[in-house]
Amino acid sequence: MAIETAEPGNAPAEGQRVGRFGPYGGRFVSETLIGPLEELEQAYAAARQDPGFQEELDRELRDFVGRPTPLYLAERMTRRLGGARVYLKREDLAHTGAHKVNNTVGQAVLAARMGKTRIIAETGAGQHGVATATVAARMGLECVIYMGADDVERQAANVYRMRLLGAEVRAVEAGTRTLKDAMNEAMRDWVANVDDTFYIIGTVAGPHPYPTLVRDLQRVIGVETRRQVLEVEGRLPDAVVACVGGGSNALGIFHPFIDDADVQLFGVEAGGEGLASGRHAAPLSAGRPGILHGARSYLMESDEGQIIGTHSVSAGLDYPGVGPEHAWLKDSGRAEYRVVTDAEAIAAFHRLSRTEGILPALETSHAIAFAEQLAPELGPDRVIVVNLSGRGDKDIATVAAQEGIEL
Amino acid sequence: MSRIAECFRGCRASGRTALIPYITGGDPTPERTVELMHALVAGGADLIEVGVPFSDPMADGPVIQAACSRALAAGTTPQSLFEVVRRFRQDDDRTPVVFMGYANILEAAGYQAFVEQAAAAGVDGLLTVDLPPEEADELSPVAAERGIDLIYLVAPNTSAQRLERVCTAGGGFIYAVALKGVTGAANLDAQQVAAQVTAIRCKAELPVAVGFGVRDAQSAAALAPVADGVIVGSALVRMIGECGDTPDLPARLEDAARALRRAMDEATAGGGT
Repeated sequence: MAIETAEPGNAPAEGQRVGRFGPYGGRFVSETLIGPLEELEQAYAAARQDPGFQEELDRELRDFVGRPTPLYLAERMTRRLGGARVYLKREDLAHTGAHKVNNTVGQAVLAARMGKTRIIAETGAGQHGVATATVAARMGLECVIYMGADDVERQAANVYRMRLLGAEVRAVEAGTRTLKDAMNEAMRDWVANVDDTFYIIGTVAGPHPYPTLVRDLQRVIGVETRRQVLEVEGRLPDAVVACVGGGSNALGIFHPFIDDADVQLFGVEAGGEGLASGRHAAPLSAGRPGILHGARSYLMESDEGQIIGTHSVSAGLDYPGVGPEHAWLKDSGRAEYRVVTDAEAIAAFHRLSRTEGILPALETSHAIAFAEQLAPELGPDRVIVVNLSGRGDKDIATVAAQEGIEL
Repeated sequence: MSRIAECFRGCRASGRTALIPYITGGDPTPERTVELMHALVAGGADLIEVGVPFSDPMADGPVIQAACSRALAAGTTPQSLFEVVRRFRQDDDRTPVVFMGYANILEAAGYQAFVEQAAAAGVDGLLTVDLPPEEADELSPVAAERGIDLIYLVAPNTSAQRLERVCTAGGGFIYAVALKGVTGAANLDAQQVAAQVTAIRCKAELPVAVGFGVRDAQSAAALAPVADGVIVGSALVRMIGECGDTPDLPARLEDAARALRRAMDEATAGGGT
């Protein structure tokens, strides 16, 4: 079966600047990065015109990643909730266990086309790091992964996995020792090594062209979903639900539905210990626009514009910013953003594990928890698709610790 | 004429290369920053760059990252740095002051509000690392209105086409980034920098100052003959970090500035090397 990717509409709307989503996005970087970003933009534009690039990408996605991933009707979950039929888009079944690999495969193919020999990346939960180390190994490229020192501790299994794949993992001790600091450090590495190094950003954030590039590469999720749901239901879904940290799995599944006005799009942010506690990672729900990591988008910041520490039980959502296109989807009202707390996500993790035999990632568990609320509200004869963005094996130590169990 | 233009004109007339020290504002405390600025002038500084601390200084190396953390821990805000400059201006109305920082601080304050307060306090220029000319639509007009120079970076990999654009967009001086990397990194190749400065001079009317990677008096001396100004940051900031909030900090900083001054003057006196 052919893999459906391409066809993203990249031409900016009238009056809109390239790389902007309304007032969001842009290229807020120091001068040294302008040249490399322009080079990347041009290389990507050229690749998009080249059928050979698309063929290579399709082949990698099919034979290496295992696409298309199934759209699975969660029957027992649907029965238990007594409302809309809930389908799960099984990105957890992609190679390396999450959607992240769709993006890393594409960027690695691009890197090779550009003659780059060294790959760097940032990672939070470690999923993007693993997906990057995997494609670097596959393509014989040197690989360095930056990871916040706190995340290195709480995601030890993924750190070891990256090392097994031949990557060097560098723990970042600066700042809050989490994903944002890993991204700062990766940017610093890139500035110093731009000639031979390709920076694979893991989400739809960062300076232009990354938000567009990563969205286009993740769009395969939504394109497949749209076809699959039409096949089994003969109609489009009423709602599409995905968790949002940086927002790549959400944008990947949302994007092909944006012009379908009857399809509601729900992004679910990490509510941590609750918005009122201040300990959360929900910039769209509780932050305001600002500039971080090369783009304007919603941020968690102090009154003076200092980035503030975030909290989520899920390392992959523990980020103070969000992709700029989500900021635009929020302001334009096309997508709605909700919040699920740590406790709600963990409860949903357990329920899905026992009801469907699927251990979801803690990030994904946020989307599951919201879908559980939505299904009865929508009622029967309605259809919800949840992006099951990753598998939860990496999180079992965290879940066990919540129950006072040490593995 | 702006203080910055006056400063470079004076330097040129007396045949010296401007010494431009950078210190992170509020490190070790906002109160002491005023003293340190005076100490730098006493040691021979011609223009002072004051870093506005940011939680995520992506273009800076570990030395200035640590200084930002210390300054933020000391409670430094843009407001407290405006106050620092106001107090500095009570005794020094001549030395230009440039705020160097990151876009989100201006974005949070509001571009207009930030510029007005900076101008009122006596700040002469803004160097916002992650706000290249293409993204400065909001800042440019308000800065022009209040006579604040926007100083832009030129990197070794800035294309010839862009160079022209950056040089015409900027004011005050052109900040030539001498190496690919973060502040405080690696060694400089003076010859390569000379070629870079020559290329910039072809496009720019403005003076050209060189920074990033000027580690000590020796490297400052090597660059002095080829540029209008030499920016020294991490070397001084490291000293401030090591010295801490101690009584003799201003004297030590003054000595460090004087050593740079002397080395640069010796290098330019002989007609350059």
